[in-house]
Amino acid sequence: MSSGLLFACVGALLFAMGIAGVILIGHLLRRILAFNVMGSGAFLILVGLAQRNDVPDPVPQAMVLTGIVVTVAATALALALVRRLFALTGKLELPADET
Amino acid sequence: MTMNELLPMAVLATSLLPGLAIFALPEGWIVLRTTLNLFGAIAKLVLVAVLLAGVAAGEEYGVRFAVLPGLDLAFKADALGLLFVSLSAVLWLFTTFYAIGYLEGAPHRSRFFGFFSLCVTATMGIAMAANLFTFFVFYELLTLSTFPLVVHRGTDKAMKGGTIYLAYMLIGGTALLTGIVWLHHLLGHTEFAHTGIAAALGPEYAGQLKIIFLLLIAGVGVKAALVPLHGWLPQAMVAPAPVSALLHAVAVVKAGAFGIVRIVYEVYGVEFAQSLDLLTPLAIMAAVTIVWGSFRALLQDDLKKRLAYSTVSQVSYITLGIALFGPIGTIGGLVHLVHQGIMKITLFFCAGNYAETLGIHKVSEMDGVGRRMPLTTLAFSIGALGMMGAPLTAGAISKAWLSEGATAAGMDWAIWVLWTSSLLNAAYFLPILWRTWLRPAPVAWPEEHIPARGWRETALLLLLPPLVTATMTLAAGMLAESPGSPLVWAKLIAEREYRQGVTLP
Amino acid sequence: MIWLILLPLLWASLAFVLEPGRGKWLAITGLAMQTWLAFDLAQKVGAGGSAIFHAVGGWGAPLGIDLTADGLSAAMLLLTQCVALPLAVYASAYYKRDDAAGAYFWPLAGFLIAGLNALFLSADLFNIYITLELVGLAAVGLVAAGGGAQQVATALRYLFATLVGSGLYLLGVALIYGAYGTVSIAVLTPLVTSEAPRLVWIAGGLMLVGLLLKTALFPFHFWLPPAHGGAPAPVSALLSALVVKASFYLILRLWIGPFAPLIAVAEWLAWGPAALGTLAIFWGSWRAIRAERLKMLIAYSTVAQLGYLFLIFPLLTGHGAIQAGVMQAFAHGLAKAGMFVAAGVFIKATGQDKVSGLAGVVERLPITLFAFGLSCMTLMGLPPSSGFLAKWLLIEAALDRGYWWLVVVVLAGGLLAAVYVFRVLRQAFLLAPASTPLAAVPRTLEWTAFALATASVLLGLRGVELVQLVGVPA
Repeated sequence: MSSGLLFACVGALLFAMGIAGVILIGHLLRRILAFNVMGSGAFLILVGLAQRNDVPDPVPQAMVLTGIVVTVAATALALALVRRLFALTGKLELPADET
Repeated sequence: MTMNELLPMAVLATSLLPGLAIFALPEGWIVLRTTLNLFGAIAKLVLVAVLLAGVAAGEEYGVRFAVLPGLDLAFKADALGLLFVSLSAVLWLFTTFYAIGYLEGAPHRSRFFGFFSLCVTATMGIAMAANLFTFFVFYELLTLSTFPLVVHRGTDKAMKGGTIYLAYMLIGGTALLTGIVWLHHLLGHTEFAHTGIAAALGPEYAGQLKIIFLLLIAGVGVKAALVPLHGWLPQAMVAPAPVSALLHAVAVVKAGAFGIVRIVYEVYGVEFAQSLDLLTPLAIMAAVTIVWGSFRALLQDDLKKRLAYSTVSQVSYITLGIALFGPIGTIGGLVHLVHQGIMKITLFFCAGNYAETLGIHKVSEMDGVGRRMPLTTLAFSIGALGMMGAPLTAGAISKAWLSEGATAAGMDWAIWVLWTSSLLNAAYFLPILWRTWLRPAPVAWPEEHIPARGWRETALLLLLPPLVTATMTLAAGMLAESPGSPLVWAKLIAEREYRQGVTLP
Repeated sequence: MIWLILLPLLWASLAFVLEPGRGKWLAITGLAMQTWLAFDLAQKVGAGGSAIFHAVGGWGAPLGIDLTADGLSAAMLLLTQCVALPLAVYASAYYKRDDAAGAYFWPLAGFLIAGLNALFLSADLFNIYITLELVGLAAVGLVAAGGGAQQVATALRYLFATLVGSGLYLLGVALIYGAYGTVSIAVLTPLVTSEAPRLVWIAGGLMLVGLLLKTALFPFHFWLPPAHGGAPAPVSALLSALVVKASFYLILRLWIGPFAPLIAVAEWLAWGPAALGTLAIFWGSWRAIRAERLKMLIAYSTVAQLGYLFLIFPLLTGHGAIQAGVMQAFAHGLAKAGMFVAAGVFIKATGQDKVSGLAGVVERLPITLFAFGLSCMTLMGLPPSSGFLAKWLLIEAALDRGYWWLVVVVLAGGLLAAVYVFRVLRQAFLLAPASTPLAAVPRTLEWTAFALATASVLLGLRGVELVQLVGVPA
């Protein structure tokens, strides 16, 4: 198994763990962390699968950089919202659904 | 655009534009609103007269706009369409006068007259549609623009009636749409043409065409109030009298009946429909409706409901005439399209007058009303006698042609249907006439709104329209053979719809 | 073409720097110019009969960013600008001068529109991911802006849904790059064949699920009604009319583009979206019929109307299905924006959001009610309206393939829509109790609702150009 494929497999595992976390965890901070784990998994796959010949490919590196920026922005927004929710309700969990 | 393209558009615009303008007017601008209404109605009459003269001389009017590739919004003013156009245009003018009088001082008149004009526009569109697609567009527009009028009073009862009305119309519209798209899919177009277009498909399509016919007739049958699709009509009588008069006696049910005419003659072609065995079931359906409507009318005490069931019955005379294979029946059906409209609108005008002047809503309250309101009651009597088919009235002409058509088509049972219906008509109208003229008046009327002044038993604008339409009922009966009468025009149409030569008696 | 992306970025940034009062005029001017650009682009694409390309800054792929506009993109761009411009006018009168939500609205709306325009123009999968995230984040910001705890919670829920959706999409992109070493749609299209490795199938599946989640197709619709029903009226309108259409556009683009060979070998796949669409129509309509709050009713109606978009997938191998889909997107976009802004007027005037509280608005707000009624006409698919043309095209395409049950679904959906919209209209026509006070509402709000609704109806009288435009190939 090449190192690239190994990266990809670990990435898939991380992605699966992350997505399970985002869906299942109630605590909002941990949910945001899970989202970051999920994103990292996707980036690992992107970089890992692309270097099958053990020659680094610059394009996915650039993509991952861009992706990280997006993830940071999303995390920042999520944190801001969580802080606001905490200030308003004093809780770090989503209130029951209202229909 | 040439003149021949512009004229049908202008006929639509004379009610559409005033309607839209009226929506924008503040409630208090009565003079401008009335001017717009009457200007539109009169301008439309003038245009229709020009069209009638042109079509009689063999001129062709039409215009089309592409909506989608291969799908056109198309209009044509042919002899058949103009029969309905002129009926609606004439009655629209009278109803506008009547409505101005009827709604004097009532709230929300801008809204009322706005939607009223839109309804007339939709009716004109139905009459001048040159293909089923266009027909459907205006058919649904008629449903939508009549809903606010049915619920105009905003009471719970009005809402209930309006909801039932809408449920029937929308489900009927869905059936109609299914049929139209299916036919469009098979043929690639749905243009109306003399002697029909469906015959172009091979015999292997006969089964599909029968189902499509069923869907189409069910769709238009809802508006034409064919039993068992008639349930909305008595419910919709919660609307104000001018709405019941023009829309439920004329525009809506006639739009349905007119749709049946177009489908049988110009989509299927009457000969092709006969060869598919579609006409006999239609005739039976019409016959059931005629008898059932008359029978139900007999049981109603509410005057407007009695008239509503009478409409159910009478409109099916048209369907019956169409389903009687042969030009004579066709003429009977078409001429009744006009005659029934004139007679029934007279009756509804009078019913509105009784309700508005004296608060009379029920047949049992009508004792002696003929002495208090002789002119209205005279008009009512003429309308009622016409409905029974009494000599010298328009009704007599319709019935004569229909019975003759039944004989010519070899459907003698239809004559029995007509006779039964006439007897039932007499059974529910004669007691009213007897009450109004011969029973003594009560000490006080249920709710007297408008006092009698001199010879004017009620407001002038309420009195004149029924008198005029009653006169027209007599004129159409007595002058049936003179040029320009509905009968002569119906003969012209029948000659164009039958492929083989027509010999008329 | 590039200005369609730069202009909204420009006015959004300026609006952020300046005070909100000035932001709105910048936005309206910018949007007016964008609308003109979109019309110009559509006209050029339509007249040329082929797609238009643009390499940003003169750098081509793989290092630079390629933009491309075919008929489908041009049509979606047109829809976006045509809905956004009236909404901006509406929002300028909706938010009061000192409204905190108003201050955030302009920059966020600008980024949202820039993201949408970039998404429709992007020619590679990764760039599309970035635009998806931009649209998603801006939309979440709009839902949260200036709201209380309930709204922030809704925004968070929406945020997680959209992040999971774009995460799945990104994973798919990573797998595609791993398999083919490119993310350009044009380069990928000939590479993907029916014998593609399993990896590509997995990638396609992940992208599809992620995008379905973002489009809120049943059963992924759980996040939509609270988010669309809870936001301020102009935001609800933007989200319902445009944002969900973006991910639908993307599914369609991938389905008929790179993944077409995969679907050709497994045609049954197309029945998945169609079946979910059918369920969405029935479930969304049912919930709309039962909804007590007006905006929830409209939001569930969006769930139902999105279902129609997915009915076209089994028909894509025949004629006219894309046209039907785009016509439905236009019909729903214009009508739903009109409906939400009309609802905003009702809520401002009556001070509450219950369907049962609408009695009597027919007397006080006739223009708004008329606008609402016209929008309803489009949603029910009654003629003459763009909704009717969409229905007609869809039924014809279904008959073409002989799929009768799709016809039944479309017709039944129209009747169900009638049930829920007439619940509202019926209420509005009832006589009001004399005591209900109605607040004064700026005329601009009423007339923008009217303009949107009228546009949805007028398109129904002339759909030729749009249908021809959509037919321009990539």
